[in-house]
Amino acid sequence: MTEPSTIEALKAAHSDLTFSEFRGQTRVVVPLASIHDVLTTLKEQLGFDYLVDVTCVDYLEYRDAADRFGMVYLLARVETNERITVRTFVNDPEPTVPSVVDLWEGANWLEREVWDLFGIRFDGHPDLRRIVLPDAFQAHPLRKDYPLQGRGERHNFPVLTRAEG
Amino acid sequence: MPLTREPHSGDLAHDEPQPYLWTMNIGPQHPATHTTLRLVMKLDGERVIDAMPDIGYLHSGFEKLGETLDYNQYVTVTDRMNYVSPVANNVAWHHAVEKLMGIEVPPRCQYIRVIVAELARICDHLVCNGAVGLDTGAFTFFMYVFNPREFVLDIFEAMCGARFTNSYTRVGGLTHDITPEAIELIRAFLKKMTTVLRDSENLLNRNRIFIDRTKGVGVLTREEAINRSASGPIARASGVERDLRIDEPYLAYKDFDFNVCVATAGDSYARYLVRMAEIRESMKIIEQAVDNLPPGPVNIGIDERARLPESQAVYSTIEGLISHFELVMSNRGLTVPCGESYAATEAPNGELGFYLVGDGTSAAYRARCRPPSFLHFSLFPHLIRGHMLSDVVAVLGSLNIIAAELDR
Repeated sequence: MTEPSTIEALKAAHSDLTFSEFRGQTRVVVPLASIHDVLTTLKEQLGFDYLVDVTCVDYLEYRDAADRFGMVYLLARVETNERITVRTFVNDPEPTVPSVVDLWEGANWLEREVWDLFGIRFDGHPDLRRIVLPDAFQAHPLRKDYPLQGRGERHNFPVLTRAEG
Repeated sequence: MPLTREPHSGDLAHDEPQPYLWTMNIGPQHPATHTTLRLVMKLDGERVIDAMPDIGYLHSGFEKLGETLDYNQYVTVTDRMNYVSPVANNVAWHHAVEKLMGIEVPPRCQYIRVIVAELARICDHLVCNGAVGLDTGAFTFFMYVFNPREFVLDIFEAMCGARFTNSYTRVGGLTHDITPEAIELIRAFLKKMTTVLRDSENLLNRNRIFIDRTKGVGVLTREEAINRSASGPIARASGVERDLRIDEPYLAYKDFDFNVCVATAGDSYARYLVRMAEIRESMKIIEQAVDNLPPGPVNIGIDERARLPESQAVYSTIEGLISHFELVMSNRGLTVPCGESYAATEAPNGELGFYLVGDGTSAAYRARCRPPSFLHFSLFPHLIRGHMLSDVVAVLGSLNIIAAELDR
């Protein structure tokens, strides 16, 4: 779905990018230090004006994974319907990536959601608060070490038995 | 939750402390929000200076569940996302799963999925526009458009037994093939729908009160629509010609002749008109799909080992028996590669995509849903600034926020 000319232009503008292809989708892995520059190039020079999604994957239990979190930026270009997936990896402790709200306004809530559910900080985000969970919530539940049931915020609540309730 | 934003160096005068502004709270339980969401607004008299949405009341951890439930079980959870058009979510979910697995469903299944997705789109647009009408005082219109929704639910009942939470799709196929009775119902519905559309458009399209309430309200320009990731009818009402059914034809959409409905005004009235026009296009698609429904199997073949074979094949052939055994054993299941893919469909609300990470097991390692409502609701403060308090319902209704999809 990504034009070869886009890939060539991106290779010319930035070094140490890794391109791969899966199911017809081009994915480019970018070092954390240059993620904002690469996204700026994609938006300003290559015309990827539409941010489809910003999300994250926790690779804690993934086989052969070296890094903890993988950020996912799905970009599209409205005129040509080109798409590209941009990836970068961040690690504990205090995983932080630069915010892209200055490039796409739509990233605002998406990054807030990633902060809420994965605990990844976004440098330069104008309003980084929790979005779907209450502010008092301590954990980041989409991390793989957060159990589906049992631990977490539940200890704040008194445990009632059937008879007491 | 502190409902103030952190100060930023913008030129917005309303960020200055202004003690005479009123703060007004709407929701989370309020008839005009339609779903469970909360708005805190700063008012200067009746004028909205700023709005602060507060969401999360329906957060139920759907994405976390997606990491536990397998690819077929999770379809029941997608029903609960956009519950106005559940079957469109089913189609989107299994489209993404099949993309990850690299399988293609048979033509008959593609056609039936198109039919149900378009029926869901009609249903969704009717409910959304009906709600806009209801909120702006057009109660009769609401009744006119809510009635045919009942027929869509009847069709779904005839197709899969469930009226509302359909869970109609499966990996590599459907739960049931379409029956001649269901096709008859669809044809009757299309016939009836023409009259309903004419009547209801007569009621509202040139209605002075409705136009006064919606025209020029909540204007979203083309640049903002793109920059703020609007999709679906909301982007198209702002002049963004983006429709995934045409741009990246998935399923059988390349076989059908239909138009992309675009308006340029970008206000609530344009969004209403785009939705009404899309209902007509969906009817065209359904008509073509029903007329040209290809024969053949509805599920993928036994060799692909994705869909449970028919009991006849299980009892009489060794391939069917092996396939059935492999699929139902808890330590076997579906063959999914260790890879990541994103697949999106044009859901009634906009681009509904799933970013899936497969790890070789029957459940996704990560099942990210790209919910259109989430991005559309983030537009709301931008759209409402400077408008009157009574315009809140006109804008909110036209964005079609479904809180279950918003919070997931």
